[in-house]
Amino acid sequence: MNFEFTEEQLMIQQAARDFAERELLPDVIERDAKSIFPHRQMKLLAELGFFGITLSPEYGGSGMDNISYVLALEEIAKIDASSAVVLAVHNSLTCYGIEHYGNEEQKRKFLPDLASGNKIGAFLLSEPEAGSDATSQKTIAEDKGDYYLLNGTKNWITSADTAGIYIVIAQTHPELKYKGINAFIVDRHSEGISLGPHEDKMGMRSSDTHSVMFTDVKVPKENRIGEDGFGFKFAMQLLDGGRIGIAAQAIGIAGGAFNLALKYSKERKAFGTEIANHQAIAFKLADMAVKLENGRNLVYKSAWQKDNGINYSLVSAMAKQYCADVAMEITTEAVQIHGGYGYVKEYHVERLMREAKVTQIYEGTSEIQKIVISRAILKE
Amino acid sequence: MKILVCIGNVPDTTTKIKFDTGMQNLDTNGVQWVINPWDELALTRALEIKEQSAGKIEKVSAINVGLVNSEPTIRKALAIGADDAFRINCEPSDSYTIAAQIAEVAKNENYDIIFSGIESSDFNAAAVGSMIAEFMDIASVSAVSSFEFNDGDIILKREIDGGKETVKIQTPFVAIVQKGICINPRIPAMRGIMMAKTKPIKVSTPVSVENLAEALSFEVPPAKAECKMIDAEETDLLIELLHSEAKVL
Repeated sequence: MNFEFTEEQLMIQQAARDFAERELLPDVIERDAKSIFPHRQMKLLAELGFFGITLSPEYGGSGMDNISYVLALEEIAKIDASSAVVLAVHNSLTCYGIEHYGNEEQKRKFLPDLASGNKIGAFLLSEPEAGSDATSQKTIAEDKGDYYLLNGTKNWITSADTAGIYIVIAQTHPELKYKGINAFIVDRHSEGISLGPHEDKMGMRSSDTHSVMFTDVKVPKENRIGEDGFGFKFAMQLLDGGRIGIAAQAIGIAGGAFNLALKYSKERKAFGTEIANHQAIAFKLADMAVKLENGRNLVYKSAWQKDNGINYSLVSAMAKQYCADVAMEITTEAVQIHGGYGYVKEYHVERLMREAKVTQIYEGTSEIQKIVISRAILKE
Repeated sequence: MKILVCIGNVPDTTTKIKFDTGMQNLDTNGVQWVINPWDELALTRALEIKEQSAGKIEKVSAINVGLVNSEPTIRKALAIGADDAFRINCEPSDSYTIAAQIAEVAKNENYDIIFSGIESSDFNAAAVGSMIAEFMDIASVSAVSSFEFNDGDIILKREIDGGKETVKIQTPFVAIVQKGICINPRIPAMRGIMMAKTKPIKVSTPVSVENLAEALSFEVPPAKAECKMIDAEETDLLIELLHSEAKVL
């Protein structure tokens, strides 16, 4: 066993922390209040290599391991979870999906623009009637010989407007059910794509989320990922890794709230002493610290297994479920420790509490994670 | 033209400083080490100058006087963008020793411009930069807050009481830089972090330097007294306390 990070991993963690504190923190409350996408910050993050963190340098990526990736996401999420989710979807789903399941031509065509941040990636799986039950895809990709014709609607799409490249999951052979599903790389600006209004969300308000409508959108045949019918397997395998990113984001949100609560508890006085000296608060902090440590260990273990070629489906489900749930608990307690100040925007913790909520919902709800976990342990 | 940037390995500025029981040595347990903040600004500006120089500046090197535990800090300088680095393998015991070692390398390797932070955030002696210039018998400009090339001339601006002084200078020289030399220290990019492993750190043995000074002991400032809140109505008590306790009246 070795619980030490390498010098490079620590340097990436510090770089992400410095960036978040310098570039993301100053306007984070305003971006949240007005739902402003962090265009300037994304450009800077792209210049620093955060848009192809684990991608091979051959395609313009940084070639870092997954431990580095989760450390970076965690630091970004401590300050601005909206920026973290844009990076998580871009890196874990779009970049990883094309690099590991795409053919050489697709990699050469799409990855350099994703790695440089010229194009942001989005992943389109959820539908109005297919969230957790991803097998019920209603979006149809009709095989027209040398192209597919896409028709249907996708919901809750992170970076739907700002993205340049979509990965779209759609049904080609409804009679084959989930075995008829395909995955496609789609140019966001293809004719026939239209967006629903910007979703007015509880949290993650500066990431742009829309529904996406496809009306007779032509997708070249060569943009299909894998063999005909590979789409469902592709999506499920991809989401195993996506969960690691969201778990890192969730534990980052929790860590950000914990840091603020710890600082506040040492400054705020009540009954003649700092509130941290009251056991009611000290024990809350102790509980939060234990949950944080557990969550981090699950995230790092998931990333480590991915780096070492060990199946990470179970551990990443555990990490996602646990980190999302404790993020909700820790951020709620952070608001409680702040008292009335926690309930106003200036102190950040109310925002972190709003942001934590969605980590229990997206990229597989906590309940879906428990299905994955229970099935895996019952099978053993 | 070549630039040499002095890189101090100092405790992170948020570190709670503790000493051993004899109050002679810093207790390094749990200390996170970073590039001296002024040196980090100097390195950032040196790299900007190189990038804007259209090849006039051929390389930017980092130099540190320190033991092997300095190397993570040196590699951070390489990750930020320094082309290579020197480490003079000795304890950075005082400014005179450090300056003597750096001057030796700068002279032997023919560096044209030496950047030094105005002071280090640990011992704050603010002496290394000017001592390097003395050892090398070259010019030094202190408190530099701007460095520009202008039609082939090097134009520095330095902070003086109530204003700024503009200086034209010939190489070689030492620029002792302070805040303002660049907006923010550069954050290393992922590519830089990966490349840092492949860039050379040349480790050399120190030249012999006479030990002129010895630190005998350190004192930490007394803990801040508890803040006393005086009721706005009780002005007599306030005046009494300012006189008898705070001794400011």
